[in-house]
Amino acid sequence: MGLKLKQSYHHSVTVKVNEQMGTKRGYTFIQANRAWLPKFLLLWVMVMAFLSTWIYKKMDADNKVRRKEVLSSMCDQRARMLQDQFSVSVNHVHALAILVSTFHYYKDPSAIDQETFAEYTARTAFERPLLSGVAYAERVKHSEREKFERQHGWTIKTMKREPSPIRDEYAPVIFSQETVSYIESLDMMSGEEDQENILRARATGKAVLTSPFRLLGSHHLGVVLTFPVYKSKLPPKPTVEERIEATAGYLGGAFDVESLVENLLGQLAGNQAILVNVYDVTNSSDHLIMYGHQNQDGDLALLHESKLDFGDPFRKHQMICRYHQKAPTSWTALTTAFLFFVICLLVGYILYGAAIHIVKVEDDFHGMQELMVRAEAADVAKSQFLATVSHEIRTPMNGILGMLALLLDTDLSSTQRDYAQTAQVCGKALITLINEVLDRAKIEAGKLELETVPFDLRSILDDVLSLFSEKSRNKGLELAVFVSDKVPEMVMGDPGRFRQIITNLVGNSVKFTERGHIFVKVHVAENPKPIDDAKAESCLDGGSDEAALISGGRQFNTLSGYEAADERNSWDSFQLLVTAEALQNDASEKMTVADEASRSVTLMVSVEDTGIGIPLIAQDRVFTPFMQADSSTSRNYGGTGIGLSITKCLVELMGGHISFISRPQVGSTFSFTTVFGRLKKASRSDMKKSNAEDLPSGFRGLKAIVVDGKPVRAAVTRYHLKRLGMLVEIANNVKIAASACGKNGSSCGSKIQPDIVLVEKDSWLSGEYSCLSLRMLDRKQNGDLFKLPNMILLATNITNAELEKAKAAGFADTTIMKPLRASMVAACLQQVLETGKSQPGKGMPNGSSVLGSLLCGKRILVVDDNMVNRRVAAGALKKFGAAVECAASGKAALKLLQLPHSFDACFMDIQMPEMDGFEATRRIRMLESQANEEMNGDTEKGSGRKDEWHLPILAMTADVIHATYDECLKCGMDGYVSKPFEEENLYQAVAKFFKTKPISDS
Amino acid sequence: MDRNRLQHQVACMRRSLFDQGYLDEPFIQLEELQDDANPNFVQEIVTLFYTNSARLIQNIEHALNSRPIDFNKLDDHMHQFKGSSSSIGAKKVTNECTVFRDYCSAENAEGCSRSFQQVKQEYAILRRKLEVYLQMVRQAAVSQTA
Repeated sequence: MGLKLKQSYHHSVTVKVNEQMGTKRGYTFIQANRAWLPKFLLLWVMVMAFLSTWIYKKMDADNKVRRKEVLSSMCDQRARMLQDQFSVSVNHVHALAILVSTFHYYKDPSAIDQETFAEYTARTAFERPLLSGVAYAERVKHSEREKFERQHGWTIKTMKREPSPIRDEYAPVIFSQETVSYIESLDMMSGEEDQENILRARATGKAVLTSPFRLLGSHHLGVVLTFPVYKSKLPPKPTVEERIEATAGYLGGAFDVESLVENLLGQLAGNQAILVNVYDVTNSSDHLIMYGHQNQDGDLALLHESKLDFGDPFRKHQMICRYHQKAPTSWTALTTAFLFFVICLLVGYILYGAAIHIVKVEDDFHGMQELMVRAEAADVAKSQFLATVSHEIRTPMNGILGMLALLLDTDLSSTQRDYAQTAQVCGKALITLINEVLDRAKIEAGKLELETVPFDLRSILDDVLSLFSEKSRNKGLELAVFVSDKVPEMVMGDPGRFRQIITNLVGNSVKFTERGHIFVKVHVAENPKPIDDAKAESCLDGGSDEAALISGGRQFNTLSGYEAADERNSWDSFQLLVTAEALQNDASEKMTVADEASRSVTLMVSVEDTGIGIPLIAQDRVFTPFMQADSSTSRNYGGTGIGLSITKCLVELMGGHISFISRPQVGSTFSFTTVFGRLKKASRSDMKKSNAEDLPSGFRGLKAIVVDGKPVRAAVTRYHLKRLGMLVEIANNVKIAASACGKNGSSCGSKIQPDIVLVEKDSWLSGEYSCLSLRMLDRKQNGDLFKLPNMILLATNITNAELEKAKAAGFADTTIMKPLRASMVAACLQQVLETGKSQPGKGMPNGSSVLGSLLCGKRILVVDDNMVNRRVAAGALKKFGAAVECAASGKAALKLLQLPHSFDACFMDIQMPEMDGFEATRRIRMLESQANEEMNGDTEKGSGRKDEWHLPILAMTADVIHATYDECLKCGMDGYVSKPFEEENLYQAVAKFFKTKPISDS
Repeated sequence: MDRNRLQHQVACMRRSLFDQGYLDEPFIQLEELQDDANPNFVQEIVTLFYTNSARLIQNIEHALNSRPIDFNKLDDHMHQFKGSSSSIGAKKVTNECTVFRDYCSAENAEGCSRSFQQVKQEYAILRRKLEVYLQMVRQAAVSQTA
């Protein structure tokens, strides 16, 4: 198992490595050899079987060797013992022979007779355990036979107990041990073996042995040992003849080998296990058995031969040992080998199983991978398909809408018009839907790219608000936007997408809100700590406050007084936020420097409404596409439910994060963060000119008092007025405002003398207004020369009757309708102040009439090498009343622009042969700076022109990529227009040069 | 009746020019620029375009035939041609010009001459169509004043 685990671990590591390396597919060794796996297993089993057999054999062989060693040692031991015993006996017989020769022959008369011999031998029998008995036979020659027979009183008999026939000599037994007394008087020469023995013994003078034969009397196998006894002392080196001559008799003993060996072996341990045979091997071809059975069972395979030396060099003896039983099967070896084999088999199987498992897992893994790739491909294909199809649908839809628009311009009956209008509305809705789907698909297909261009966040928010102003006014909703002062005026980002996000969120809010307010708030989330602290504090404080508020049934401190889902927008925290920011702004210039240093700014945008909220169940799938809170929602409110998912995608693309807090029947607050780039300081001033919404500067420095009971709403109003450059005071109610006015009025030279008093309709209707107006009227009647402040009513919606009443109360004709937008407020104030101040404001510039007025009478130089382009540009500018001159190349332009000249502007093509637009511009600027220097020297004389020479030069280019634009600025151009002229674009580019002039001149 | 029919024809023709992608936005702007002060503005510009293009095409042909090919020069000419095409809103011609310039920047002589044939073809088609169209416009205008 451990092995398996290790294997799988290893495997996972390789997989990881493969993934890390990013290779498409890493086949492991196992995977590559998968077909070989069963063969590997088989091979393994075979090798292991072979190995275990080998082990068995080895162990068995060891056993056998040991067995053989045991056998040989046992055999040798037995042989040695037998030999020892034998030689002891032989020695004793030798001693006996000497005894006989000494006492029988050298003593005269003989000291030994049969009796003495029998007794002596019987008493010394223990010395000769191997001998059944000893006897002495005397050498008797035939000539001495009769004398001998007479002397002893018996005749010499043969072995067969018959009187001996005549021979040369006889060897009758005269003394014998009692055990063999039956052989007394028997002629030893009559037995063949004995005769041979005797002859050999007397020739050699040593002990000799017979070959084994059946002994007389006992019928046991035995050998006879014969020693010669000499009459006289022999010379030191006697010859055979001398020996024969000196022979007196023969001492013989019978070894009963069979019983003796039996006895001997019986004394040794382990005699049961082995089988012993003793052979006489004098005749090497015919082994005569001395002990043991000729045909025996027992282990014939293993035998051990030991040489026996019984002291007779003529005879050779041998002992052969065998085991009784065949070698037993070696169970240990067998078990060991078998167990080894089994273990190896198991190991092999486990390895095989692991390998198979790995292969399977890898196969699965690859399968999964493939499926995943296919699934992803399918998803991308789906998105691409959607994108393509949406695009394809959009094209004809635009045709349909265009045609419908054309149709509506023709003469139609009212029914037809109605139909056509309905068709158009439906078409527009369809196009919106398709656009949304397209967006979604684009995002999914990863095709959506964000722009990075500078834009004014505040004006975009104003635009969005104006989109919904009609709807919200109809529903009676407060719609407001507040942007913190810390948010930079211009940021880098994608204005279109930002607008889309805001539009989406605000659109949703408007859709689902029936009463109360929708409040868009933007602040910087860059240094979140103090704000968080503020939040935390306010949450703590607000908690108890909130409870009190609820219990008291009072209004909430929100924009409209309705409760909002997220308390963070309540006044407490809001105020903290605003004051904190104010403090920071006041406190440190350093801060701004630090801010400048960082390249990006994170904004926190929240959209708060007091609508129906999102049911708790549905809250977690709000951002899932095509999911609305529930199906009844789409029935009641329409929509596809795709908007929020797109919004989420967009926010995430912008590097932000979206979340929401919603309480059913209370409202929802969607907050998101987004990261925008900061503008470089150098380009900022230029940017401001080109892209910022043109808020009129005429109100700068005016003082205003806002009368509003609701602090949040007042803050919003103040924010808009501040954007116009006005100084704003907030008064909680009319009384305070009036007293402020009064005090200031009386002290005359005070700091705050309001030019305008803006009164929220709610505050006015609360009835205190009369007081203020009365006091003001009083003052007027008193002839005080104090200029009355203009009174303007702020309202979400207002009835005619109320309007009349307001007018009667002294308000200006114009009521500022909410939602507030800086430009709208500006326009209204303009209207109101028009009577007082004669200076005409800039109004709201729009359309070609404005462009016409801008360009009318201006002298403009168009530089383009392409005559068609030149002509078209000239035509376009002429249409707006400009006096146009043309130059076909940079050089020609330079010639025309030699100072002094009377051109008001120059449109310059960039790509021209010889001298391109950049180069031409550089030269023009050079000329100008030279002229300016000279002029500075002449200033005292008072030259004709106040201004320095600076001819506005605009690039004309077909590609409006950013790099080109940067290049334009670098070489001294003031801006650019895209090449086929578009009215709006042209206006924007031209306006900043020609607009500001009349103001500064006047 | 005749007048109406003529005007209808003009409108149809114009529509088809746009629908088939021969013309686009800038042409409308040209038309918008034409007013009482400048009654023949479109005609004037288009004629300018013809003469300009004829010259440029000649230049390009010359540059293409010279060896070695000076791609920078070729690109300059084509830039001009593309500029004027896009100014009058000759969409298809402009597109072909873009292709040509791509080949040009890749210094692909063969691709250049191939796409140049396309440019010329598109140009010829446009010129023919525009001539017919402007002819009709003139007729309609004449009949209107009559």
